Amino acid sequence: MKVAPRQKKKPVTKVPDKDVWILRLYVAGQTARSVAAFANLKEICEEHLAGKYRIEIIDLFRNPTLAKGDQIFALPTLVRQLPPPVKKLIGDLANAERVLVGLDMKPISKAAEKARKR
Amino acid sequence: MPKKRVVRSVVTSLAKCPTGIRGFDELSIGGLPKGRPSLLCGGPGCGKTLFAMEFLARGAMQFNEPGVYMSFEETAPDLARNFLSLGIDINDLIRHGKMAVDYVHVDRSEIEETGEYDLEGLFIRLSNAINTIGAKRVVLDTLEVLFSGLSNTGILRAELRRLFKWLKDKGMTAVVTGESGEHSLTRYGLEEYVADCVILLDFRVKEQISTRRLRIVKYRGSSHGADEYPFLIDRDGISVLPISSLGLNYAVSRQRISSGIPRLDEMLGGRGFYRGSTVLVSGSAGTGKSSISSCFVDAACRRDERALYVTFEESPEQIARNMKSIGLDLDRWVKKGVLRYYAVRPSYCGLEMHLVALYHRIIEFNPKVMVIDPISNLGTVGSKTEIKSMLTRLIDYLKMKRITGMMTDLTHSGDPSEKTSEDISSLVDTWLLLRDIELGGERNRGMYILKSRGMAHSNQIREFIMSNKGVDLVDVYLGPAGVLTGSARSALEAKEKAEEVVSRNRARRRIREQEQKRKALEAQIAVLQSELDVAVGEEEAMTDEEKKRLNGLTRERDDMARMRKANGNSGKRGKPKEGRQK
Repeated sequence: MKVAPRQKKKPVTKVPDKDVWILRLYVAGQTARSVAAFANLKEICEEHLAGKYRIEIIDLFRNPTLAKGDQIFALPTLVRQLPPPVKKLIGDLANAERVLVGLDMKPISKAAEKARKR
Repeated sequence: MPKKRVVRSVVTSLAKCPTGIRGFDELSIGGLPKGRPSLLCGGPGCGKTLFAMEFLARGAMQFNEPGVYMSFEETAPDLARNFLSLGIDINDLIRHGKMAVDYVHVDRSEIEETGEYDLEGLFIRLSNAINTIGAKRVVLDTLEVLFSGLSNTGILRAELRRLFKWLKDKGMTAVVTGESGEHSLTRYGLEEYVADCVILLDFRVKEQISTRRLRIVKYRGSSHGADEYPFLIDRDGISVLPISSLGLNYAVSRQRISSGIPRLDEMLGGRGFYRGSTVLVSGSAGTGKSSISSCFVDAACRRDERALYVTFEESPEQIARNMKSIGLDLDRWVKKGVLRYYAVRPSYCGLEMHLVALYHRIIEFNPKVMVIDPISNLGTVGSKTEIKSMLTRLIDYLKMKRITGMMTDLTHSGDPSEKTSEDISSLVDTWLLLRDIELGGERNRGMYILKSRGMAHSNQIREFIMSNKGVDLVDVYLGPAGVLTGSARSALEAKEKAEEVVSRNRARRRIREQEQKRKALEAQIAVLQSELDVAVGEEEAMTDEEKKRLNGLTRERDDMARMRKANGNSGKRGKPKEGRQK
C-alpha cells in the first residue's frame, strides 16, 4: 500500500479546483482491515470520482496525536475533508452502498451541483 | 498447595489506590483496587463525574499520580469551567502535565458504518495521553455513549473487553462510569467487564428532600463497608462519611464542666456536667431552652473551649440579639473564633445529609461543646425511627470525640412531660426538664433534673429566672400552700417577712416590758435598801448613844460611889438598871 505524502491538516493552498474531493483515511498500521479499506476506497473513487479525488492516509501508529483532531476513535475511519460538510465513515468500506450514502456522492450529479452553487 | 498459598497472599495484599475523597478511603479500607478498573454507576446527576474527576485531581495533587480523563460527554473547556467552582483547576493541572483531558465526540448522525472496524483509535488516543504525562490513573466517562453512537454492539463489546484488559495490563487504576439501568447496574451491562470493584451512587428524593448515597456493591479481594453511606457535595467536593453506629466502647471522662449557671452546677452534684456527656433540655415553648444552651456555650467560650451552635430555627444574628437581653454577649466569642454557628433549616436536606453536614462541621471546627437547638424540628424531614437512628449515631460520634452535647427539644403543652418527641431520653445522660408553672394569673419557669447519670443530683424544682443580668435559679417557695413561684412566691415571701417583723416587734416589746418591771423592782429594792441603810445607821447610832449613856451612868455611879465611899457590891446593883434602860 502506498502512503501518500501527508498533507497539512488544512490544505488551504489546495483550492484550484472546487470539485476535487479530499478524503482522509485513518488507519493503524498495515492490518488486513486497513489494506482492505484502502482498496475498497480506491475502487469506489475510481468508479465515481475518477480524477477528482485525493486520498490521504494517516497512520495513527506513527502520528497518534492526529487522532484527536478529527475525533477518531474507531479504525479505519474515512473522513471527507472536502467538499464540506465533513463526513465520517467508519469500517473497512466493504459496503459500497453505505459508503456512497455516507460520502454523499450524489451532489456530484447535476441537480445537486446546481443546488450547491446556489 | 504451595501455589494456592501464593495466590492467597496476593489477594490479601491487594494494593489499593487512595482516591483522596474524604471518607471514601476509610470506607473502602484504602481506596480503589490499584491497577484495575472500577465501575462507578448511578443515575443522572448523582455525582459520577464529580467522583471520577476528584479521583483524578486528588491523585494528581495529593499522591503525585497523573491521570487521564477521557470524556465522552463534556468537552474539556466545559469540564474545566464546571470544576473550577469546586476548587479543581483542571487547566492548571494540564499545564503542569499532571492531567490530560481528551474529549471524544461520538455522534451517530455523523457516523456511517461501512464494514468491519475496531476501536483502535480510542486505544491510540488513550495510550498517547497516558504516555505523554506518565499517567497512573484513567477515567472513562462514560463509555455508554459508544453504545448509542455505534450500532454494532458485537464489535463494541469485544472491544470493551479488550480495552479493560489493556488498561489492566498497563497497570492503570481506572474509573469507568456508567448510567444505572432498570434491571441491571448499568444500562449496557458494563459490570460484565469490570468485575473487581463496583460502586453505586444514588440520588434519592423522598418527600421533596434529596439525599445522595454511596454503596460499594462489590469489591473483589477486599473487605469494605457494605452499608449505604450518605455523601455530601459541597465546595470542597465529595465527602463520604461512614456513619454507622460506632458501638459503645468509647472512653469516658470524669472531668466535669460547668453548665454556665452556678445554681444548676450546684444541683448537679456541685460540679456540672461530665465532659463528653449528652444533655437534653426539654420544655414547651418559651421555657428558656435556648437561654440555657447559650449559657452553656458562653461558659465554654469563657473556658476558651470551642463551641459549635447548631440552630435549626433561628438565625445566628437573632440568637445573638436575643441573648444580649439576658446579658450574654455571644458576638465577642464569634469574633474571637471560639464560637461558630451552623444555621440551617431542617427542610434544607434529608436527615442523613444533616448528619453528614454536622460531622463535617465537627471535623472542620473540632469543638469541645456542641448545641443543637432544637432537635424536635427534625421531625419535618424524617420519621421518629429515622430521627432516633440519626441522633443515636450523632450522640455516639460526639461521645467518641468527647464533645459535650446539649440538645433542646420542644415539647408541646399537654404532652406528658416525661416524654420526648424523638424517644431519645434513654440516649442522653442528663435530662433537664423545663416547665411552665401557671399560678395566680402568671406563668413562671421551673426546672427539674429528671435524670443525670453518674452523679448525685438535686431532686428539687427550681424557679428559673431570666433577667438582664443573666440566668439564675432560685429556690421555689415550699410551704403549707404548696410550691409557689414568681410573684406568688414573692408575695408570700413578703407576707412572711411582714409577719416576721411583727412578731419580732412583739417580742422586743415584751422584753422591754420585762426590763421595765425589773428596773422598777430594782428601784424599789434601792429605796428599801436606802431605808434599810438609814435604819441600820439609826440603830447603830442608838446603840452607840446607849453605850455612851450606859458608860456615862456607870461613870456617874462610880463617881457617886466613890463620893459615897460605897463598897464592892455596887457593881452588882448597876446591872439590873442597865437592863431596864434598854
